[in-house]
Amino acid sequence: MGKQKRDDIKITEVCLRDGSHAVSHSFTEQQVRDVTRALDDAGMHYIEVSHGDGLGGSTLQYGRSHVDELKLIEAAVDEAKNSKIAVLLLPGIGTIHDLEEAHKLGAKLVRVATHCTEADVSAQHISFARELGMETLGFLMMAHSVPEYKLVEQAKLMESYGAEAVYVTDSAGAMLPEDVRKRVRALKDNLDIEVGFHAHNNLSVAVANTLVAIEEGATRIDGSVRCLGAGAGNTQTEVLLSVLDRMGIDVGIDIYKMMDLAEDIVGPLIQGTQEITKGSLVLGYAGVYSSFLLHAERAAERFGLDPRDILIELGEMKVVGGQEDMILDVGARLAREKELSK
Amino acid sequence: MSKVKAAIIGSGNIGTDLMYKLERSETIEVSAMIGIDPDSDGLKRAKERGYAAYSNGIDAVKENPDMAEIFFDATSARAHIEHAKVLKELGKFAIDLTPAAIGPFYSPAVPVDETDEKLDNVNMITCGGQATIPLIYAVNEVADVSYAEIVATISSLSAGPGTRANIDEFTITTRRGIEIVGGADKGKAIIILNPAEPPIMMQDTIYCEVKHMDEAKITEAIHNMIEKVQEYVPGYRLKQEPLFDENLVSIFVEVEGAADYFPEYAGNLDIMTAAAAKVGEDFARKLKVGSL
Repeated sequence: MGKQKRDDIKITEVCLRDGSHAVSHSFTEQQVRDVTRALDDAGMHYIEVSHGDGLGGSTLQYGRSHVDELKLIEAAVDEAKNSKIAVLLLPGIGTIHDLEEAHKLGAKLVRVATHCTEADVSAQHISFARELGMETLGFLMMAHSVPEYKLVEQAKLMESYGAEAVYVTDSAGAMLPEDVRKRVRALKDNLDIEVGFHAHNNLSVAVANTLVAIEEGATRIDGSVRCLGAGAGNTQTEVLLSVLDRMGIDVGIDIYKMMDLAEDIVGPLIQGTQEITKGSLVLGYAGVYSSFLLHAERAAERFGLDPRDILIELGEMKVVGGQEDMILDVGARLAREKELSK
Repeated sequence: MSKVKAAIIGSGNIGTDLMYKLERSETIEVSAMIGIDPDSDGLKRAKERGYAAYSNGIDAVKENPDMAEIFFDATSARAHIEHAKVLKELGKFAIDLTPAAIGPFYSPAVPVDETDEKLDNVNMITCGGQATIPLIYAVNEVADVSYAEIVATISSLSAGPGTRANIDEFTITTRRGIEIVGGADKGKAIIILNPAEPPIMMQDTIYCEVKHMDEAKITEAIHNMIEKVQEYVPGYRLKQEPLFDENLVSIFVEVEGAADYFPEYAGNLDIMTAAAAKVGEDFARKLKVGSL
């Protein structure tokens, strides 16, 4: 069977950004160089490099970067011959000034991310990025939490500001394949720009969900090698590419090289585990932002609690991405309540 | 003692809420509300309450300069730049609730150096600034803050179009306020909008890294400052006792609004108008004793 060449599908490797959560933002310049060089050699289209919470995310709230993300971006740009370096920006955390710095260092693409009901805070950043001449995409986070019509309404806002694609972003890894199908299809039907999909593997359906997204016409696809991302990580890139290959879809990335770099370069960077543990499973089950996992585990240890109780409470409170401070707050409250009930 | 007359420029949500707050003041009496839309809810309400209601903007002030001594500006940054000039020429005191920041940043809970040249225009920073900077100042007084970071989480419904269109202005202005008024060597501000239903109350988390850790002193300073802010924002409270880790203190507060014009959850809007009203009252008192 001949392979179908799919130049329209663009893969973004996120292990150096989403994976930043999983290593508590400890990436070194050497690690970023090694990973970028290998990905570039394999033919990866885009490589995202930023603090896990995007530009300006190095804070007490989210964890400080061991190495300034701008240094890491600069190093990645230096190593990438063909791959383009992408960055993430969350309005409310990072500013257009942070973006300007990253752009000066050679970042070519930015994903501007908002909670899936708050797209209008991205107008300023999307139009500024377009003025800089950057490829500019919108990222609607926690997309599982709203119905399709709401997602369409918000995506159209991003389109109107100048976004060249909008992602259905399953930040909690809570979506089932049919949830993905409905949302991607609704955006495809209603937008004139590309649609993307970003998964988390907390329910072990990230690859399946991504295949559904591609089937429905999504062309901007995220993955993380070895699932090096928040929670149980993302769609495992080397697995997805191998599956696509088996399906006869060629996106122009060397799968043997991807397997090698996954084994030899990215694998050794993993600090804890990227398996689906009870903590990451509960993220998907309760619909909680994936980067909360390690913070919840630390808070649970501090207050003598089960991290699942903290995560489920956060899910019920409908906290959104970025509210890491609520983990400590809820942990302290649950500990007090536990003490009182004794 | 007779009251000092004050006028509100801007008949939107903020101006209207402020009008209700000033009605309770013992030192200020509202004389007028000035807008640009004669059909605005604010101007209608002002008229109902018996205040002069003008819909010709700053011209109303030029034509009737004696209407007030203190002017609250709740319009926009661009409009305030023009208003500030007019008010200065007329020798009026301006309290700026816009992001224009022509005058210095100001929090009524943080004392200012009285030797400064005559203060005739002060800026209210941001809602997140009003909710957090007093506590940073308090911690800095006893423990010397090297770095302060705040996370302001507000309900989506309470974030107006102005905030949404320029959210960088919030993060940057609040950061500067943390450094200039709060006294931290370095600051950082984060804002998060949460769409949960029913709407969440404004919550603020304040992280301070200090040079001289002293849990007892810091805890006392925090409690004293909470009480001080409660004098003008009764719904300002600690969610729990501060947490301490090595050189870091984490403070969790929530702000319940007085529900004058805004719903209770919109503590972020309430703390702006309540703080501005308090500044107005403090200056009215000074005007009375002739020290201004």
